[in-house]
Amino acid sequence: MLAKRIIPCLDIKDGRTVKGVNFVNLRDAGDPVELGAIYSEKGADELVFLDITATHEKRKTLAALARDIAKHLNIPFTIGGGIKSLEDVDVLLESGADKISINSAAVRNPQLIEDLALNFGSQFVVLAVDAKQVDGEWVVHLNGGRLPTERRLLEWVKEAENRGAGEILFTSMDHDGTKAGFANEALAMVSENLSIPVIASGGAGTMEHFYDVFTEGKADAGLAASIFHFQEIEIADLKGYLKDKGVSVRG
Amino acid sequence: MSVAIINYNAGNVRSVLFAMDRLGIDAQLTDDHEAIRQADKVIFPGVGEASTTMNYLRDKGLDELIKSLTQPVLGICLGMQLLCEHSEENDTPCLGIIPQHVKLFQPTNGEKVPHMGWNQIRRKPGSWFSESLESGFAYFVHSYYVEEGPYTTALTDYVHPFSCAVKKDNFYATQFHPEKSSKVGEQVLKDFLTL
Repeated sequence: MLAKRIIPCLDIKDGRTVKGVNFVNLRDAGDPVELGAIYSEKGADELVFLDITATHEKRKTLAALARDIAKHLNIPFTIGGGIKSLEDVDVLLESGADKISINSAAVRNPQLIEDLALNFGSQFVVLAVDAKQVDGEWVVHLNGGRLPTERRLLEWVKEAENRGAGEILFTSMDHDGTKAGFANEALAMVSENLSIPVIASGGAGTMEHFYDVFTEGKADAGLAASIFHFQEIEIADLKGYLKDKGVSVRG
Repeated sequence: MSVAIINYNAGNVRSVLFAMDRLGIDAQLTDDHEAIRQADKVIFPGVGEASTTMNYLRDKGLDELIKSLTQPVLGICLGMQLLCEHSEENDTPCLGIIPQHVKLFQPTNGEKVPHMGWNQIRRKPGSWFSESLESGFAYFVHSYYVEEGPYTTALTDYVHPFSCAVKKDNFYATQFHPEKSSKVGEQVLKDFLTL
């Protein structure tokens, strides 16, 4: 049976891992490659590396980091942050990245999703979307949640799927950093309306939250950062817990 | 031992090269026909779309070269599918080495396509996989699958059982990505390298 995936997310700034609490306060949590290798040993199914400052600072490429990660890790990883063009992506693919995530650039230029899917295949394209509720509606935000758009969550992820995105990484800005659980209702809505996998992000605080996101939230993967970085939850314990509750997990 | 990784426009050539590095094998990434022919083992990676990739292989004469190889060859992911007869992906005639067909997953119970993530291996009798790999999880990313047939050596269940590994003569292949499948994947690569 296909396993539900547990994905630690490593936010990167200046080549170091950081975690933003609601994307504002940053705390250093180590070297990305070393941390990634530790997570791989601990049983992480996949890793996401996001250069959270990249869009803001217009940073162009993460190729050196991608290469370093690809050399040392034997599990899949996604890399993102400030990716705007086919050229950016070509370098990352050549460096050994398994998937790339695009966010703001895709909202500004949805054609980018199609171009990437055509050139590199849908399996390589993760559409990351940050959204929060405004007057009861899930509004897509840009630049790490700084900038609201005209886009609504469901309409946008459907369009992204139609344009060739291979996976959706949905972060609820309302839940991110709260450790009060994932946005299960919105996640279930997204998951049930799409035929591509959905990675849930934002709000993980307890092991039960992961059980909830895989059952109520119907997510294919659960992503978290600080609870793993600060060892509040050990991945092995989490997987044991999920397995006992009947969720299919790896090893 | 010399290992050649066929260098073409496949998405995962670099990852396969790094995986070999981690096993202490100095593999050669090459599209040189002679270098490929001379290698003790050949790896045929693959990530991408079937028809574009077949056209590329034909342009480089790599299609005929692959068919003519006599040493152990390992096809990975799209590499496995292209070893088959035909793919439903853009109705593409493939290399025809393994007389099996490649079909698009048709979900029956809301399954997502692509089949992406970690799923379990079930070895069939006579499998070239080590026994330790039984029920092991490997990493898959694919929308098309090779149906079960006489050359299937291991199965995975998604929508229905499909071939996660095949073997015919000197041609071996896995639908999953051993280069990304942690310790299970490393064992698969070791099994191939020690053939």
